Amino acid sequence: MLSKRIIPCLDVRDGKTTKGIKFKENIDIGDPVEMAHHYYLQGADEIVFYDITASSDHRDIMIDVVRRVAETIFIPFSVGGGIRTLNDMRQVLLAGAEKVSVNSAAVKNPQIISQGARSFGSQCIVLGMDVKKVQATPDIPSGYEIVIHGGRACTGMDALEWARQGEDMGAGEICLNSIDADGTQNGYELVLTALISSNVNIPVIASGGAGNIDHLQEALTRGRADAALVASIIHYGTYSIKEIKDTLALKGVKVRKNW
Amino acid sequence: MISIIDYKAGNLKSVERAVNKLGFPCKITQKQDEILNSERIIFPGVGAAGKATEDLRQLGLDQILLQSFKQGKPILGICLGAQIILDKSEENNAICLGLIKGNVIRFPSPLLSPEKKRLKIPHMGWNGVKLLKEHPVLKDLKEEDEFYFVHSYYTLPASEKDIIGMTNHGIDFSSIIGHKNLIATQFHPEKSGPAGLSILKNFCLWSGTDVE
Repeated sequence: MLSKRIIPCLDVRDGKTTKGIKFKENIDIGDPVEMAHHYYLQGADEIVFYDITASSDHRDIMIDVVRRVAETIFIPFSVGGGIRTLNDMRQVLLAGAEKVSVNSAAVKNPQIISQGARSFGSQCIVLGMDVKKVQATPDIPSGYEIVIHGGRACTGMDALEWARQGEDMGAGEICLNSIDADGTQNGYELVLTALISSNVNIPVIASGGAGNIDHLQEALTRGRADAALVASIIHYGTYSIKEIKDTLALKGVKVRKNW
Repeated sequence: MISIIDYKAGNLKSVERAVNKLGFPCKITQKQDEILNSERIIFPGVGAAGKATEDLRQLGLDQILLQSFKQGKPILGICLGAQIILDKSEENNAICLGLIKGNVIRFPSPLLSPEKKRLKIPHMGWNGVKLLKEHPVLKDLKEEDEFYFVHSYYTLPASEKDIIGMTNHGIDFSSIIGHKNLIATQFHPEKSGPAGLSILKNFCLWSGTDVE
């Protein structure tokens, strides 16, 4: 039986993580390679890097980070943010990432999903979705709309329809981020997560809203997510990944415990 | 020297990086003489069986693998490389290399858990392996160890003797198979943390014998 995956998410700008890990000893680490290694040793099942570097001139810095991470950790990791073309994908994958994640770029040019899947295999292509709850309308029957640019721009696209389309076009996984829940630490958006996860046949990673371990448990059971993304609750040292996994295991969620 | 066979199938660098990290010299290659002269072979692969077997034949590497296998050279198949060593795959109806008797078939659909919940295909993520017998390459495995899988097809060796480990995803399937000097894992040891690295390390030290 598959384990539910716990996936730390690191935001990287100009080669540095935006939130360092605050250890109990108050030592800050801002280097993404060191952070990834730390979480690898703690038992992370996968790591997501999100490149928020504003200028595309600095892409080489991220490629260098990816290369150094690949030499340091031996679990899958994905890179998102700023991936717009097949060539962007190729560079990141060749540098050693297992997967690339496309979000806004796929909304603007859905073909990037099918082209990426054809060139590198579906298992490499993650469709990142930022979703906002709205009034259900004939155009957005699920009541969940796809937004881009961190939630600042609406697209008029139905989230469920987009998830199905992404799967049909060859996405191998969906990373589902609720803009409403993101940053609240009040829990994942369970209705949205269950809706998407039960209607596609590819794994769904729940993202946005984790404040405690119960939230992860809910996302992985009632929310039917295959994996949960965690950021603040581990970066600020509230919990270690081991604590999260031990607690989830006690609550009956199957997680990988030996590493 | 360890040859990592390059037949355009997937990310070979992750295998190379892991083997290098363990301190063993290796080379990604598609040169026939280089492979024949190497001490052992890693046969990785991500992608589809049809294209992979076609590319292998075009490069003449199907024969090189067969020859190396007969010579007793230790060979490790990974993922797609574990599948196309059998006779035939349902994926693209590919005729494969036939180093181990048996076929490669697709997970049935719908696939249900014991609680009758629908399981997703591909089988993607971390899962355990139940060993049916001991093997020098697997000597450091612990019962709770898990490995990283990504696949929609699985191997079905004709002889139960060739099945070394089983995994459950709705059904029980063989996740480690082997015959003589050949061992193959459906999962990616190079992406499976310390447990996976221990398999790679033991393979790099394996004589290719000591197996019944």
